[in-house]
Amino acid sequence: MSSETHMTDSNDDYEPYYVPEQSAFPILASITLFCLIFGLATFFNQLKADEAGSGGYIAIVGFLGFVSVLFFWFRQAIMENRQGMNSLQLKRSYVWGMGWFIFSEVMFFFAFFGALFYVRNFAGPWLGGEGDKGQFMNLLWEGYKYTWPVLETPDQVVNGAKAVFVGAGAHNSMYPADAHNGLLGWLPMWNTIILLSSSVTVHFAHVGLKNDNRKQFKSWLLLTVLLAIVFLYLQYMEYHEAYVDLGLTLESGIYGTTFFMLTGFHGFHVFLGMTMLLIMLLRAQNGHFTHDDCFGFESASWYWHFVDVVWVCLFFFVYII
Amino acid sequence: MGDHGPAKGFGRWLFTTNHKDIGSMYLWFSFAMFLMGGVFALVIRAELFQPGLQLVEPEFFNQMTTMHGLVMVFGAVMPAFVGLANWLIPMMVGAPDMALPRMNNWSFWILPFAFALLTSTLFMEGGGPNFGWTFYAPLSTTYAPPSVTYFIFAVHIMGASSIMGSINIIATILNMRAPGMTLMKMPLFVWTWLITAYLLIAVMPVLAGCVTMMLMDIHFGTSFFSAAGGGDPVLFQHVFWFFGHPEVYIMILPAFGIVSAIIPTFARKPLFGYASMVYATASIAFLSFIVWAHHMFTVGMPIAGELFFMYATMLIAVPTGVKVFNWITTMFRGSMSFETPMLFSIAFVILFTIGGFSGLMLAIAPADFQYHDTYFVVAHFHYVLVPGAIFSIFAGVYYWLPKWCGNMYDERLGKAHFWLSFVGLNVTFFPMHFVGLAGMPRRIPDYALQFADFNQIASMGAFLFGFSQVFFLFIVIKTIRGGKQATDEVWENPEGLEWTIPSPAPYHTFTTPPAVK
Amino acid sequence: MLFFSKRPTIKSLMSVKPFVVFSLLALSFQAFAKSGEVAAGEAQRWVTNMTQGVTATSHEIYDLHMLIFMICVWIGVVVFGIMFYSMIMHRKSAGAVPSKFHESTLVELAWTIIPALILVAMAVPATSTLIKIYDTSDADIDIKVVGYQWKWQYEYLGEEVSFFSNLTTPQDEIYGRAPKGEHYLLEVDEPVVIPINKKVRFLITANDVLHAWWVPALAVKRDAIPGYINDVWTIVDEPGIYRGQCAELCGKSHGFMPIVVHAMEEVDYQQWLVAKKVEAEELKLAMSQSFSMDELYARGEKVYQTNCVACHGPTGAGGVGPTLIGSSITTGPMNGHLSLMINGVQGSAMQAFGEQLNNIDLAAVITYKRNAWGNNMGDMLQPVDVLNHKRSL
Ligand code: HEA
Ligand code: HEA
Ligand code: HEC
Ligand code: CUA
Ligand SMILES: [Cu+2]
Repeated sequence: MSSETHMTDSNDDYEPYYVPEQSAFPILASITLFCLIFGLATFFNQLKADEAGSGGYIAIVGFLGFVSVLFFWFRQAIMENRQGMNSLQLKRSYVWGMGWFIFSEVMFFFAFFGALFYVRNFAGPWLGGEGDKGQFMNLLWEGYKYTWPVLETPDQVVNGAKAVFVGAGAHNSMYPADAHNGLLGWLPMWNTIILLSSSVTVHFAHVGLKNDNRKQFKSWLLLTVLLAIVFLYLQYMEYHEAYVDLGLTLESGIYGTTFFMLTGFHGFHVFLGMTMLLIMLLRAQNGHFTHDDCFGFESASWYWHFVDVVWVCLFFFVYII
Repeated sequence: MGDHGPAKGFGRWLFTTNHKDIGSMYLWFSFAMFLMGGVFALVIRAELFQPGLQLVEPEFFNQMTTMHGLVMVFGAVMPAFVGLANWLIPMMVGAPDMALPRMNNWSFWILPFAFALLTSTLFMEGGGPNFGWTFYAPLSTTYAPPSVTYFIFAVHIMGASSIMGSINIIATILNMRAPGMTLMKMPLFVWTWLITAYLLIAVMPVLAGCVTMMLMDIHFGTSFFSAAGGGDPVLFQHVFWFFGHPEVYIMILPAFGIVSAIIPTFARKPLFGYASMVYATASIAFLSFIVWAHHMFTVGMPIAGELFFMYATMLIAVPTGVKVFNWITTMFRGSMSFETPMLFSIAFVILFTIGGFSGLMLAIAPADFQYHDTYFVVAHFHYVLVPGAIFSIFAGVYYWLPKWCGNMYDERLGKAHFWLSFVGLNVTFFPMHFVGLAGMPRRIPDYALQFADFNQIASMGAFLFGFSQVFFLFIVIKTIRGGKQATDEVWENPEGLEWTIPSPAPYHTFTTPPAVK
Repeated sequence: MLFFSKRPTIKSLMSVKPFVVFSLLALSFQAFAKSGEVAAGEAQRWVTNMTQGVTATSHEIYDLHMLIFMICVWIGVVVFGIMFYSMIMHRKSAGAVPSKFHESTLVELAWTIIPALILVAMAVPATSTLIKIYDTSDADIDIKVVGYQWKWQYEYLGEEVSFFSNLTTPQDEIYGRAPKGEHYLLEVDEPVVIPINKKVRFLITANDVLHAWWVPALAVKRDAIPGYINDVWTIVDEPGIYRGQCAELCGKSHGFMPIVVHAMEEVDYQQWLVAKKVEAEELKLAMSQSFSMDELYARGEKVYQTNCVACHGPTGAGGVGPTLIGSSITTGPMNGHLSLMINGVQGSAMQAFGEQLNNIDLAAVITYKRNAWGNNMGDMLQPVDVLNHKRSL
């Protein structure tokens, strides 16, 4: 590494920063990502217009392409690290990167929690005729009373059978009072327990790794992945119950909307987190990670804690109050 | 990695991991978008030259307004600042490159695809987005053309690009500074970008959430923005402006940084109140999160909300004022000369302040009942955006161009560019204050007769201003191709690490970090 | 320090130019401030300032506007004054030697605190005006205002009076085929009529997308939001015709949905109200009559030109809505055509005209469409048919 700078002082204890060579990954990732979203948008439009078309296929090609680019990209980054090309400083850059990425995810959820907060505390009561802003609401939605969950929409109250937006229907919410098999049969509570314990298990895995106890590391990690799968399965059960037994869907007015969007995006993030942990497990199986070099695993576990925290908020705001 | 220079051929640009290459690509892309958005604006101004419909149908006019706003904001201003950040931040903090170079390239290359998708909607059946750059529901959901789905996804990936770009910038600033470069020694451009990047990471995901809600309402029967299902169209506006207001500061904070670098150089005097500049920037960023509903004074919020947002908005004048006063005090008792970057910076200070004053007037909720959605608002935001954001970018390019390509630009042409732009801009946008106050609503393709005279003037100004930008293109190309050799310092005693390296800046700088005292 | 000075041209240029620019700016501010005093006549040219309006609120807002504006001008004069002073006096070309100072906590504090105090001074009158504007209680008259794409509906609550207000500017004027009239784009078929000196409360909402109801002379602007109601009020001091426009982008014809308020003396208002009711009675009677093909066609054409052109084009060739020439609806079974007109198409811009048009107009426009533009169906529809159809739903 010859010096190109014209600074006279250079630092003795300086470790070179690895600036990677040219790479085709970014442009490939852009192309495949474009393919994915273009296909997806076309697919959605075709779905809406009830037309057949190639949108779905374009999206699938884009998706597969995108995932494989990411795979090779990550693989290269991992190999570089294992070849010792990454300075401590670069590793810190990765840490900052992951940290801020998680922050951006927090803000994404913030938008949806904000929406929930707004409809529950402002829009809903106004529609129901409460407060100054509700003063004249009976001119539009005569007879509508606001409750949360919104089991009957304003549309229904006014337009009866002709309503487009149909609420969930009496007792068809996911609240404990409506839980069909008593509190013990109430899935969200089990899910809370499972997800919270999985945060603990992933922590134990971390401790194991730090103590160079690979067996502890791997088995706790495996357990975490299993818990994640159980969580997803229970979530699936819950959705099944909502859709099939209760008739509560995305289209069930604002309650169905917020319920499924919040839990759905959370579920999707659990899936991502689980995939990350699974990959870390496979890597661990291949002998990756040491007690002082385990950024991949650590970032997956931070992500996992983040998903966990979101769930706690969800549990509180969506299921309890 | 060794001493090698750039790769040959087109692959250099496709595959590069070099912050300077990526910075250049961002800047060229931004300029192309500026021209495209500018052409859309010229369509608007041509139609508004006279009352009556002459050139375009209202439907197409609305698409022009929308695309003009979107392209200028997301395509011209933001990428230009990211481009400058790419070029300058590593050189300013003494880093070998950006913290995550491959991701840096990805952040850039998403953009051409996103904008190709966005512009292609203009040719789709039913036309492109026609609901304004603020895309209020339900005009943008239930009543939107089918192309809205592409628009939504384009916004998604643009957001991804911005978030990755910002993560990179933050990681570079926090992690890659040369030894001795403490936070409070960083140039203000770096500081303002640090804070801007933070704003971006905080609000781009909210925009993503916002368009996702639209997507669900359009395609999956949800009722976020429909009262019939228990939602509220106003919810859209709250979510949008929670993003949208910080977004406008995203477009001005880096400009503050640029001007804070240029004014001291040409006043030959250190920047006055460095620390207070940093605190002011941070305060503006903080306040920007709690003022969003000043765009919604007429939606009928409860009075408590109205008052809160009015007071909070007015408060922003305080830290912004601190900045203006600092710049002026920097000039005071300096030894000033007026090269092109300085001319643009001075015009920035004056015209941005005028735009800020009209902003303050808009912040007065009862008065906003008369201003809202009129050309007064259009005048306000063009005063903060064109002589604000755009002029600062011009200033920055003139200031650092000799460092980038090793040649001096032609000072006489630069001054000509400045004066033409300065005159054109004021002729275009100043009369908009008048028609706005006289009652002309925005986003209309045709207007009542009493607004005709000022609109005619504005349209002529717009063509003058647009024409002057061809000058800029010419000057930049001429400078890249040749010209007087620039010295390493370029200017008289400028501050900053970037002036300690040769001009043109070598392909790799600071592979060994410099020591900063 | 002559050593530093460069070309004399720049020097002389720089000393004069800022000065000229600055004085020009100051002068234009002066002119601007003055222009506010000119009474707001109609279609007045070169208007540069906000109208003072005809209500107590509009005066108050105007004063507030001028107050804030003048404060800003004065701050500007001081700030730019110092700036131009240093630009002129501290030029390198004039031999200025730079000082070294770059910090002073005292001045920093001063220019933080003083602007903050100025802001407080602005906030006080702003708050009191806002509180008054928000006090909608004790109204004498309630008018429900509904925004549609692209027209306004006014419903006098408790009076059984309700009508639509459409733009009347002909397409020919808009497309430059005829000279533009004095109230180009600001004229409607039925203005909303209110009495002066009464507290009139508008309950504003919308049927499809967002609109905003704005009349500058009353200083009333409020968004019309589908599914929600905003209430605003006004007390007009002087009789007159006050014009405004929709102020929220609402689609294609956003620029073509004006508002005209006709404020009159209380007695005239009462007369108007009675006339409106009589008109409604007469209409009811007419509903049971039969009309000839020619009558229906002629009336239908008028209805079409006010209600449908915006979307289906002057010749039925389409636009936002599909073409009506030879379409499966307009040349299909009568019942289907009627149902579509009454119910509209859910989730599209095609509204349910059953509640917007009376039975005669519905019958007329349907007859017109089936026989215009070469559709030549030869059939027609009577108002009673519409009535029967509505009953059967
Ligand atoms: C770069 C972008 C930018 C910037 C910096 C600003 C800055 C400000 N803006 Fe602006 N604004 C926009 C871009 C921007 N705005 C855009 C794009 C829109 C329209 C969006 C749309 O609807 O499409 C908009 C709209 C907008 C509105 C909504 C208007 C409406 O739709 O009705 C309001 C209302 O409060 C507002 C206020 C302000 C204020 C108070 C500031 C303040 O930050 C200004 C502060 C600066 C000063 C005040 C001058 C300097 C200060 C001094 C010299 C100190 C002393 C001064 C005093 C004590 C008065 N802006
Ligand atoms: C940074 C942002 C930015 C910038 C730089 C501009 C620049 C300009 N803007 Fe725009 N504007 C917005 C952001 C911006 N605008 C936004 C956010 C809106 C709101 C949109 C909405 O309502 O939703 C808006 C709305 C808006 C309107 C209101 C439209 C309406 O309400 O219907 C108008 C009207 O005059 C206008 C005009 C202009 C003009 C004349 C310029 C000029 O500065 C443009 C200068 C012209 C050029 C740069 C063209 C140069 C090119 C050539 C001459 C061709 C040469 C070609 C080659 C060399 C190949 N803008
Ligand atoms: C705001 C726009 C708008 C206005 C005003 C409007 N229409 Fe329509 N119209 C539409 C749209 C959009 C459709 C297509 C609806 C669909 O099928 O999705 C439509 C469809 C129709 C059709 C069915 C055409 C076909 O073959 O499918 C008829 C007939 C029609 N309109 C008649 C009228 C008449 C008569 C009026 C005036 C009284 C009118 N419309 C006013 C937008 C409008
Ligand atoms: Cu209605 Cu704009
Ligand atoms: Cu704002």
